[in-house]
Amino acid sequence: MTDTHPVLELRNVNKSFGPIDVLHDISLKVKAGEVLCLLGDNGAGKSTLIKTLAGVHKPTTGEIWMDGGRVSFDRPKDAADRGIATVHQFGGTFPLMTIGRSFFVGVEPTKGWGPFKIFDRKKANAVAVKAVQSFGITRIDDGDRLIGGLSGGERQSLAIARAVHFGARVLILDEPTAALGVKQASHVLRIVLEAKKRGIAVIFITHQVTHAMAVGDHFAVLIRGALAANFMRGEKSREEITDLMAGGEALADLDAYMESHDGHAPDLVS
Amino acid sequence: MNSLSFGSLARRPEAGSIVSLLLVVAFFVIFGGVQIDRFLGAASWVNLAANLGIVALPVGLLMIAGELDISIGAMIPAGSMSVAIVSGYYGLPIELGIAVALGLGVIVGLINGLLTIKTSVPSLIITLGSLVAMQGLVLAGSVLLTGSAGVALKAPEWAKFLFGHFFGGSYQVLILWWLALTAIYVFFIHFSRFGNWIFAMGGDKDSARNAGIPTDRMTILLFVLSSTSASFVGMCGAILFNSAQVSGGMNYIFNTIVSVVVGGVLLTGGFGSIVGIFFGAITFAVVTQGIYFTDIDRNWSSLIIGVMLLLAVLMNNSFRQFALNYAPRKKK
Ligand SMILES: Nc1ncnc2c1ncn2[C@@H]1O[C@H](COP(=O)(O)OP(=O)(O)OP(=O)(O)O)[C@@H](O)[C@H]1O
Ligand SMILES: [Mg+2]
Repeated sequence: MTDTHPVLELRNVNKSFGPIDVLHDISLKVKAGEVLCLLGDNGAGKSTLIKTLAGVHKPTTGEIWMDGGRVSFDRPKDAADRGIATVHQFGGTFPLMTIGRSFFVGVEPTKGWGPFKIFDRKKANAVAVKAVQSFGITRIDDGDRLIGGLSGGERQSLAIARAVHFGARVLILDEPTAALGVKQASHVLRIVLEAKKRGIAVIFITHQVTHAMAVGDHFAVLIRGALAANFMRGEKSREEITDLMAGGEALADLDAYMESHDGHAPDLVS
Repeated sequence: MNSLSFGSLARRPEAGSIVSLLLVVAFFVIFGGVQIDRFLGAASWVNLAANLGIVALPVGLLMIAGELDISIGAMIPAGSMSVAIVSGYYGLPIELGIAVALGLGVIVGLINGLLTIKTSVPSLIITLGSLVAMQGLVLAGSVLLTGSAGVALKAPEWAKFLFGHFFGGSYQVLILWWLALTAIYVFFIHFSRFGNWIFAMGGDKDSARNAGIPTDRMTILLFVLSSTSASFVGMCGAILFNSAQVSGGMNYIFNTIVSVVVGGVLLTGGFGSIVGIFFGAITFAVVTQGIYFTDIDRNWSSLIIGVMLLLAVLMNNSFRQFALNYAPRKKK
């Protein structure tokens, strides 16, 4: 990459909801063509972090930078306009709309003139089907199908294909594989890799180490809203990562204990 | 793609309403001894369907978008009373009366819409508030201004021609408005991009907003549309019958909701069609007016409506399932 600046960077971001501090001093970078896996226990603040990136929340303090310039998002639309796309857990949020229609929600292709512009269904369907097929999901071939009739993996794939089609540069996926079976999840992981190959920065939240190991280049672990670890692929073993994800809380407790007990670990009780 | 196959028709939101209409007509013909030609030519049910349909269309759109407006029950008498008071009691030009009637609809719609987007209170409750408030305002206002609860109105020829006369014997001119409005709605909802926005709003308002759809403006617009349509129907009634009463209108609340649901709109929003709502209003009108043409005691019509409504809700659910599960099978 000739681009030396990270696509997206957080500098000392804090976020609190009234008296509740959720994020503490987070600094993170993600480059183009890189998959950043955001790991952490339930309630660690992962969703809050990505909502801050997506313009849903504003950081209480701290800065967000894109391509070496400071940015500020007042609403999700601002982040979207800068190419930050979020795909939610269940992908298609409009279960009763057709593939073609939901693909183009808000940016419908039209034909005709003046007040008589009509929604170009054929074109919408064709573009949507082509976009998702280019990600290797060839089973989707009819843009008139309803989103609700697709499998979870297909929905995720469609949502990702949609984001990429509309020029996403940063793709945020909040637990895309959580509700999926093994085969469906592997579809989604393949699509994550395909997005990465296209030079998109991917931020991927997951609770499953296998999924993180399969696609991640860069890992960040959140524990109670603080960045507990931030490392590249290969710098830590699978065991260490598993430990960080599952036992991160326990480790933090351990540190706290040792600090207040002159560096002694607690006795093991079995 | 054979888009006219039975399968693809059955998946459409209006399928249920067309089936129920056919069933009701068949029932009346077989068990009620209806002469089908006399029945089809009758104005009574067409008039009712037109009055109901003009209000049911925007109410149905609100339901597709995930909202509800019951204040229409007060907007019908509000529309008829305001034109009658302004142009009948005070004798001011009919243009002014029409403007006041429609303007009142716009204002109430704006209030309903603004309250809905600014608060997280369900629109059912908000419009319940405006329903009761408008009822009070119309009654107290007309007693205060005219000293009575009924006002006569003598509209000029052109106004009667446009809004309130009978053609072909006893067909209200409102029927033509209803047909024209239905055509306009079909265009905007099913052919232009705005329809997509409304379905997206009913599917998930937050995602729709994030996709760049002006959800707030659309919500306000739909509320303005429904309360203005209701006051329009009220206004046309006053011009047609040369008088207006403060009472009446309440049954429109239930009748429009029944029409909309029988028309295949999902109560949870996000699914439905203009053609469905159109047929929903016809079905309702056929049941309640058509029963007079049968040997069946008319008191049974409520039972039929109730059963129809329940069936429609169940059917809508299975149509929805049907539509969701649709995957084209390549047979050839
Ligand atoms: N709007 C809010 N107001 C107050 N507290 C909030 C708000 N949003 C999140 N929180 C709190 O912030 C903490 C982090 O929540 P968040 O949803 O970011 O966790 P998460 O890491 O995504 O968890 P999970 O793995 O369960 O999805 C939680 O304790 C939550 O209760
Ligand atoms: Mg979360």
